[in-house]
Amino acid sequence: MDALILARAQFAANMSFHILFPTISIALGWTLLFMRGRWLSTKDAAWLEAYRFWTKVFALTFALGVVSGLTMSFQFGTNWPGYMERMGEVAGPLLGYEVLTAFFLEATFLGVMLFGHGRVGERMHLLATFLVAFGTTLSAFWILCLDSWMQTPAGTEMVDGVVHVTSWLAVLTNPSFPYRFAHMLIASALTVSFLLVGVSAWQTLKGKAMAATPRAFRLGLTLAAFLAPVQIFVGDAHGLNTLQHQPAKIAAMEGVWHTERGAPLLLFALPDEKNHRNNFAVEVPHGASLILRHDPDGEIKGLDEFGSAHPPVRPLFFGFRLMVGIGMLMLFSAWVGMFAARRVAWNLERLPRPLLMLLRAMTFAGWIATLAGWYVTEVGRQPWIAYGLVRTSEVASTVPQSHIAATLAMYVTLYLVLIVSYVTVLRHMAGKPAKEGPVTPQSGKALADIAEVISGSFNKRRILR
Amino acid sequence: MSFDAMLPVIFMVLLGIAMLVYVALDGYDLGVGMLMPFANGAEKDTLVASIGPFWDANETWLVLGVGLLLIAFPRAQGVILGALYLPVALMLLGLILRGVAFDFRVKAHDDHRATWNAVFAAGSIIAAMAQGWMLGRYVTGLQDSWATDLFAALISLALPGAYVLLGATWLILKTEGALQLRAIEWARRAWPLFVTVFCLISIVTPIASPTVRDRWFSLPEFFALAPIPLMSALALAAIRGLLNSHRIRGKLCWAPFVLMLLVLLLGFFGLAYSIFPFIVVDQITIWQAASSPATLKIILVGAVLAIPAIGAYTVLAYRVFRGKATELRYA
Repeated sequence: MDALILARAQFAANMSFHILFPTISIALGWTLLFMRGRWLSTKDAAWLEAYRFWTKVFALTFALGVVSGLTMSFQFGTNWPGYMERMGEVAGPLLGYEVLTAFFLEATFLGVMLFGHGRVGERMHLLATFLVAFGTTLSAFWILCLDSWMQTPAGTEMVDGVVHVTSWLAVLTNPSFPYRFAHMLIASALTVSFLLVGVSAWQTLKGKAMAATPRAFRLGLTLAAFLAPVQIFVGDAHGLNTLQHQPAKIAAMEGVWHTERGAPLLLFALPDEKNHRNNFAVEVPHGASLILRHDPDGEIKGLDEFGSAHPPVRPLFFGFRLMVGIGMLMLFSAWVGMFAARRVAWNLERLPRPLLMLLRAMTFAGWIATLAGWYVTEVGRQPWIAYGLVRTSEVASTVPQSHIAATLAMYVTLYLVLIVSYVTVLRHMAGKPAKEGPVTPQSGKALADIAEVISGSFNKRRILR
Repeated sequence: MSFDAMLPVIFMVLLGIAMLVYVALDGYDLGVGMLMPFANGAEKDTLVASIGPFWDANETWLVLGVGLLLIAFPRAQGVILGALYLPVALMLLGLILRGVAFDFRVKAHDDHRATWNAVFAAGSIIAAMAQGWMLGRYVTGLQDSWATDLFAALISLALPGAYVLLGATWLILKTEGALQLRAIEWARRAWPLFVTVFCLISIVTPIASPTVRDRWFSLPEFFALAPIPLMSALALAAIRGLLNSHRIRGKLCWAPFVLMLLVLLLGFFGLAYSIFPFIVVDQITIWQAASSPATLKIILVGAVLAIPAIGAYTVLAYRVFRGKATELRYA
């Protein structure tokens, strides 16, 4: 293996590991704000329990996102030293603004959000929760803007091999950014929806449901049923945008080797990169043309038009099908789940077991779909690092292969251990009966305070009478 | 000097501030992490509680530091991060382990808590040693020789000691009772180690770099600069003296930590004066490495607006969690 492939594998391993956690924390932050709001407006203790449980999940998720994000910021430099030298004029300000406006905001207020209760008032605490959620979303805005610029560069010109910005407005509104941003935020919301539903289904099946379980289940399922079709619509629009700006990526996703009219939609095939053909194809005639051109005889450009400057076909072809397949499964399970849950008036115990088992199996479906989608979009950018401007090989590092290989092995081992730990701990937390916490001098004092407040209000009432 | 020529200087100052704040803040986190094995069961929870609400934001200063290096000095980052490739990877390993252990140790099954406590301490020490190695290599201009490796190795042993002292003084501020007494004892033991790092860097940097030597040991600079080492020595002596005083158990509990911050600040000035205007000692100046003025101006606008806000809400967070550390409970 050459150093470029190793550097890419290492960066991909880190990115894949990292994106799992922001995908959860972006939408989970807003979900927590909602749960807290429900608790404050209804005084229903089940919402407080839901908030507390999912706050713990958020804290764990956030920590994993922070440490893998730190790794990423170093790997920009260690793996792609030429990236900042050649594209720094675009990447620098966008990354800088992400750190300055988003990272500090979320990291600082996280402490107040997690542990500030009793030290700050309810409004300040709500504000802290809002700022954390806002920070995660703002961070997604900046980094997706940069990623989108790399996919569909705009507002820049090349002078002596270096990218110069001619219009920041054009950079910030580059063609694929609105689609990618919307697609990713909804992906995050869907991932969290199925996480809420899946964990609740697991708790119900194991007889470990808490008071919060039906609340989380209903919230997750309702969101999923609403967002799954929206995501399919947004994904389609994103695909059409890609067809316009990155036709080679679409050709690889659809397995179109030669430019053709009335291209079929391949449900399954084994793309053969050597002979430029698909084996064992199961196809819907004219399907791809109909979807992408909205015309059964529309023309789809084939891979042969791009010479060697097209991405590898198999990862895109299968990644795309995996993502779409899970999307369809999400739509199906969310709607069937809604239908069934409404029939039993959201009494989870009475839901059919096979349905609960299906939803449990879907707990991390959002992760798989998100990863598959990102592989399609990032591998689909190759061999370019900035589409049509700079090739990935031009910015790679000259660090000895052995160093990259050794650290790659270290990172992969670490990430595997951490993912297993994360899922195991999530399961452990979900299965633990809601603990009141040990009685400490402090909580004893809190109880005394509450007692005083209650008796105080009694006295007040007596006086008022 | 024109404003455009000033920009790299401004960014070098910002980068320096980010690294200084990082070393001061995550330094105490890492120090407390390394003290974990010496604390008993309940004390371990207090140790974590004393840094729990802060560590995340503290680590963000490192992201800002490396971010500024990448975006403001693109022609130096490849050289620096390339030369420090392995220690960077080790540091990241350590910081990852430390960061996740924070959460896993309280959320995992009780049987696994001891393991995660060990991971927490191990991560802290790996990160601190790797940072020491990087610091040693950096101040000797990233040269590759047995002497610079030896120096880096010495610093990688001594920097954890410095962090432990910082962490122990933080604990003197944030704890009380028996734990505070132990923190004082830990600080007494770490003090000589910290003094060693300080002296080593001060002695070796001028030996390794003629530029640095000329800076410090020519007249009248020598006398103009004398307050920096003198004040550092005074502050270090004051810390050692305070560690013998019963007052730091009461009203003066903040003093050793604040004096440590002062020492770090002075050390930072000394280092900055030695290195300026190089970003890689004796090889690349900040002007050679800097991004275009247009890029720097855009980032500067954001920095000027954001950094005071960051300062303000950091102060807010420290105010919310002021006083002795209490058990961390979710809201």
